Amino acid sequence: MNPVEVQNLTVAYQKKPVLKNVSFTVPEGKLIGIIGPNGAGKSTLIKAVLGMIPKATGEVRVYDKLYRAKERVVGYVPQRGSVDWDFPTNALDVVLMGRYGHIGWFKRPGKKDKELALNCLEKVGMQEYATRQISQLSGGQQQRVFLARALAQDAKIYFMDEPFVGVDAATERAIIELLNELKQQGKTVLVVHHDLQTVKDYFDHVILLNINVIAEGPTEDTFTLKNLHQTYGGTLAFLEKGDILVGQK
Amino acid sequence: MDDVIKISLADANTQWVLLGTILLGISSGVLGSIALLRKQSLIGDAVAHASLPGICVTFLLLGEKSLFPLLIGAAISGLLATFCIQAISSYSIIKEDTAIGLVLSVFFGLGIVLLTKVSQSSVGNKSGLNDFIFGQAAALVGSDVKLMAGAAALLTVITWLLFKELKVLTFDPEFAKGLGLPTKLLNFVFLTLLVSAIVVGIQAVGVILMAAMLITPAISARYWTDSLARMIVLSGVFGAISGVFGTIFSTFGTGLATGPFIVVTATFIFFISLLFAPERGLLTKWVKRLRLNKRLQHELVLRKEGKSYQ
Ligand SMILES: Nc1ncnc2c1ncn2[C@@H]1O[C@H](COP(=O)(O)OP(=O)(O)O)[C@@H](O)[C@H]1O
Ligand SMILES: [Mg+2]
Repeated sequence: MNPVEVQNLTVAYQKKPVLKNVSFTVPEGKLIGIIGPNGAGKSTLIKAVLGMIPKATGEVRVYDKLYRAKERVVGYVPQRGSVDWDFPTNALDVVLMGRYGHIGWFKRPGKKDKELALNCLEKVGMQEYATRQISQLSGGQQQRVFLARALAQDAKIYFMDEPFVGVDAATERAIIELLNELKQQGKTVLVVHHDLQTVKDYFDHVILLNINVIAEGPTEDTFTLKNLHQTYGGTLAFLEKGDILVGQK
Repeated sequence: MDDVIKISLADANTQWVLLGTILLGISSGVLGSIALLRKQSLIGDAVAHASLPGICVTFLLLGEKSLFPLLIGAAISGLLATFCIQAISSYSIIKEDTAIGLVLSVFFGLGIVLLTKVSQSSVGNKSGLNDFIFGQAAALVGSDVKLMAGAAALLTVITWLLFKELKVLTFDPEFAKGLGLPTKLLNFVFLTLLVSAIVVGIQAVGVILMAAMLITPAISARYWTDSLARMIVLSGVFGAISGVFGTIFSTFGTGLATGPFIVVTATFIFFISLLFAPERGLLTKWVKRLRLNKRLQHELVLRKEGKSYQ
């Protein structure tokens, strides 16, 4: 049983197709990188898989069942820039939002939820900032709060949209440690990633995406110069860099 | 003038009027703070203006000025306006702010035309229909206030019940959807609550200034707190205070339209908040900077002196 199976997914914004016939299968208990240039449709892919935007065609199966958000097996870390950080709330409150699916309608988070949320903040090294207004956190700290919120969802599969963008080196290390920990617990983690230099270090499996899936599979066999060529087109500066990155063999 | 106020405040009808404006202040303050954070203040303005044709059409159909049906008419044309705004911005290249401006002026223009028609026609007793433009709290009678009280209480209770859902929907709508919340339904529910809060207020504040009642208490409240729950409560309190003082000033001082006085009071509260709020207030910031400068200068002097001794 695969955690995620996507078949023939097509998504369009105002008739302009952004993803075309995307199909892939995600192996269980692995760290998976979703790689592609800006505008390749990486965020769109995550949102369509999670049912946040409508699909034109296609099917998404999570553990062999058609995916419905209510099943609460999937956690989500959006791009940090997707929310207004001036919103009147503190770090703990944001993490508690991860519990809302478990709490149910009309009820308020209880003591247990708060303990769990504090626990999640601790896992990302943010326990001292629980009552800090979110606009007063640094970019890296905000990203950690988003991660803690996803942990609070207590899911089996995690989707994270560019968690490493705009964070300091310490946060990047903390995040990758956390991802490996999740993997150790048998969870499946899909991460949209930008920095090609770290792909080989971070991920077991990659999906190269640019409107279509260019290639997918274990990082070793898939993250090749030829496939990167196809994914990124003929950006020369990049290709020179790509030679250094991928062409070690 | 003190005597006048005392005498009038003892009057049962006056107490009804005051209660009415307090309640509308609370409901518009509460819904307004969520609308502000959802960046829907402009939609609120459009809805308020767009309720005018609904009021006129209902009056023409019924031939009498009975508040409940008039408010239903107002709500229908207000919702219709939000529907038009959404349709225009999603099915054409026109952006939302332009669509809002367009719908607001078309509906309001239509409302004014209908209002002119009403005053020329021979239908029933049309006195007081003009009050919907700038608001006339004094025109409220006991039964009206009971209706407003019921509506305002209901709106506040629903908002309280849905607090957690509205919070995540406002902060991070995509995450809310990922949690499995029916975000489309919630959006619609919130819009209905907002339209209802507007409709409850137009009798006393008027269609032109109603949006100010949604926005001003909410912005003022934001200055004092970093917690959403406290912001909503405070905004309701500011709304209620504006309602009371606006009504007192307009009714007993001058007998003029209530809306402008309520809004002026709300604006006064805003300026107080802007200047004196802890943390965010301008004066507080200014004092802090002054202290910091002094300390820096002090340290600089010390350092210089230290150097001159070497
Ligand atoms: N809400 C939207 N409306 C219209 N077009 C969009 C929207 N969101 C994204 N797009 C377009 O879809 C394409 C893919 O976007 P996205 O999935 O965000 O790419 P990525 O995350 O890979 O950078 C881009 O061309 C972008 O301009
Ligand atoms: Mg993206």
